Amino acid sequence: MRPLNATIAACPPSGIRKFFDIAAEMDDVISLGVGEPDFVTPWRVREAGIYALEHGYTTYTSNAGLPRLRELICADLAARYGADYDPGDECLITTGVSEGLDLALRVLLNAGDEVIVPEPCYVAYEPCVRFAGGVPVPVPTRGEDGFAVDAEVVRAAVTPRTKAVLLGSPANPTGAVQPRAVLEALVRLAEEHDLYLVSDEIYDRLTYTGAHTCLGTLPGARERTVVLGGFSKAHAMTGWRVGWICAPAAVAELCVRVHQYTMLCAPHVSQLAAVEALEHADADVAGMVADYDRRRRVFVKGLREIGLDCPEPGGAFYAFPSIRSSGLDSATFAERLLHEEHVAVVPGDVFGPSGQGHVRCSYATALPKLEEALVRMDRFLRRL
Amino acid sequence: MRQILELLERDAQLSHDTIATMTGLPVAQVSAAIAGWEASGAIRRYKAVVDWDAVDPDPTRETVTAFIDVSVAPARGVGFDDVATRIARFDEVRSVYLVSGSQDLRCTVTGPTIRAVSDFVSQKLSTIDRVRSTATHFVLKTYKRDGDAFDRPAEDHRLPVTP
Repeated sequence: MRPLNATIAACPPSGIRKFFDIAAEMDDVISLGVGEPDFVTPWRVREAGIYALEHGYTTYTSNAGLPRLRELICADLAARYGADYDPGDECLITTGVSEGLDLALRVLLNAGDEVIVPEPCYVAYEPCVRFAGGVPVPVPTRGEDGFAVDAEVVRAAVTPRTKAVLLGSPANPTGAVQPRAVLEALVRLAEEHDLYLVSDEIYDRLTYTGAHTCLGTLPGARERTVVLGGFSKAHAMTGWRVGWICAPAAVAELCVRVHQYTMLCAPHVSQLAAVEALEHADADVAGMVADYDRRRRVFVKGLREIGLDCPEPGGAFYAFPSIRSSGLDSATFAERLLHEEHVAVVPGDVFGPSGQGHVRCSYATALPKLEEALVRMDRFLRRL
Repeated sequence: MRQILELLERDAQLSHDTIATMTGLPVAQVSAAIAGWEASGAIRRYKAVVDWDAVDPDPTRETVTAFIDVSVAPARGVGFDDVATRIARFDEVRSVYLVSGSQDLRCTVTGPTIRAVSDFVSQKLSTIDRVRSTATHFVLKTYKRDGDAFDRPAEDHRLPVTP
């Protein structure tokens, strides 16, 4: 047979897969490896989805998505962050941020364009840049700095081919929230070198130590920023696959163009459920956020008490402790912890070389399980 | 501080240490606040939420629950208070509310058998002065009580490791 697409064939499978296969075999495993909420979608939102099915909302919507949903998203961003996006031509509904990221990169990049990606970062960033014909240029961040991005390190990576910077804040896997000053420095850098900024803000509502900054609201950022968001995390709606892009009209219009040919529209039922989520589920979200924060405090304190150095995670639902004191590399640590104590964590280097020496622990798990996981991890560490 | 009470209302077994970590308050302050509420009666007591339907059936220990709507002739000066208080004093009565609508008091009554509850209603409740009528609704199945749903426990449908 003739060779398949070289770019895709050269892209390694996600390092997470191996741990999934092992963990799936065990029946008493406590998994801290799950990148989604342990809450079920709030009932009122599920009920709205059921109502939509019962009443036959099983058709396509317009390509950009339900006007009501786009209005609600733009109004919500305005109320929460002071953002100013026109639901008519600056907002579209995607099947999750995953599609949004793919659309944004395809629209921004020409073949060979470079995208600076601070790492450790979400596993899809670099592959998606490649799939869009671009070249990912990872730049390191450090646990000692709380994984804050150093704009000077980014600057040093800029070349004439650099087209964009791709950043997630709050971040998977580190839980890091980029300080406003860092974001402002990146915007200035983007202005100097005429770069686009792709801002993955899927965890925007899951911040615990300060208010979230929407990148598109910073002075000078709006015209060059693509903001990606969605309902998966804060509204516990991962399986509904519904997210959004807010971007200047010229970018949004091209995103709709790709979307109309590749996806057509996000699922109608999911869009109607998302309308309910924005109209009536704030109290549900607040309750879940409060729960995450309590677990975060207990879990991070517990990690430190068993001797693991853990940068304070200000957002998302991940802790990213250093496991260097164990003398093991991330993959060995995770593999042995899983085999010996049946606790699943994800090795940090899966998310980029700067993740080496760390493991990702999700605290989207009931408190008694987190406490049991800490007991097992403590036992594991003492045995080493 | 209110947060402490909300946490305890959901899980009274949380240690003061854990509550302190969750709220960011010093342990001593958490303990002092809880002791204060216990002393003042703001925290009445701690109890378990039992789903009796999930306990092995023991016919000698069955409990029957009924909602009793009671129509009362109010009296000058006391309204419904004296009758309501009088009803509430019976151990069989688990709750008493004054409610709007066609009836006046809504009570929850428990007993070992339907007969026992019926007898209580006809002999004790109905015979109280100014009680005009009662309507008894026996509970057939409990789906949710005080915020706790009693259907099958939620399953975790998530894959064990996801990005």
